[in-house]
Amino acid sequence: MVTVIDQGRASEVEARVDGGRVLLSADALRAALGWELHEGTLCNDTMCVPVPAGSRLGEGGVFDLGEVAAALDRPLALDTDARAAFVGASAGERAQALGSLLAPDFTLPDLAGRPHTLSSHRGKKILLVTWASW
Amino acid sequence: MWQALYEELRDRDFVVIAVALDQSADAARPWIEKAAPTYPALIDTQHVVADLYNVVNVPTALWIDERGRIVRPNDVVFGSDTFKHITNLESARPLAAVRAWVRGETAGFAPANARALQTLPTALDQQARAEFGLAEWLARHGRRDAAERHFVRAGELAPHDFTIRRGSMPIRGMDPMGPQFREMLQTWVGGGRPYYRPLPDTRG
Repeated sequence: MVTVIDQGRASEVEARVDGGRVLLSADALRAALGWELHEGTLCNDTMCVPVPAGSRLGEGGVFDLGEVAAALDRPLALDTDARAAFVGASAGERAQALGSLLAPDFTLPDLAGRPHTLSSHRGKKILLVTWASW
Repeated sequence: MWQALYEELRDRDFVVIAVALDQSADAARPWIEKAAPTYPALIDTQHVVADLYNVVNVPTALWIDERGRIVRPNDVVFGSDTFKHITNLESARPLAAVRAWVRGETAGFAPANARALQTLPTALDQQARAEFGLAEWLARHGRRDAAERHFVRAGELAPHDFTIRRGSMPIRGMDPMGPQFREMLQTWVGGGRPYYRPLPDTRG
């Protein structure tokens, strides 16, 4: 088993570690990241992205997690000893969102664990401040 | 420390949203309890906001207007002058600017100017955030040695990102005010690189 963390959401999936690679079945890929291969494109619930020409992604029902992340333009941090992988957010996607100037939405808890969502304050001017105890 | 500003302006459709980039709610708790905020004071152990807004140090503040648009991108804003002797940044001017904006006396930046002042994340920045995310998860699951490898890697990939380099210190058993931080800071600043990067009109 390998733990695949999709921007914070961790899934334990069947996988084979081969050298520096993590190899997943189509089912494991769907369970971990929500993507499936359809006729040369990777699709999730909302969109499809083409797989690079000449890619062997999904050949024999095997998906190299590194190749999947590359096709999605997302960074992959991998620890084969710990059998854990983190798939981060695409720089292009982040840059495009910020460049639109529409404030990216998020939901985070307060000290009591109550969730708060940025967009629920629409209609107000917001000073968004990050700080830390360190 | 934002409570006074919030109290002063809350009747003008204004809210402060404070996000602590800390390893746990308990790490941030003493400060939040002391400030007794009536605005949302949130805990972001996985640096979700740092990822979404390309935040690389604290404090970082930005202005979001009534329509949910960023009208002033990432800036260095202190809520008080507690650290002025170290930072050389006064809180008075940025706070006066917030007041004037909330009262409608001034506007934020026009879109083209706001965009020009944004710092956008590179592929390396996002690789560093993925390494940090993996490290944070490994640390939380008791895999300290594996976590350490990825905290180090994250810091190497994005040496300017102190939410990673300094922010990971408490998780790694280092004192974020101690010798390791001072050495990191000295090396960084000694190379002519600023630790804080305020917008030009805050720098003054």
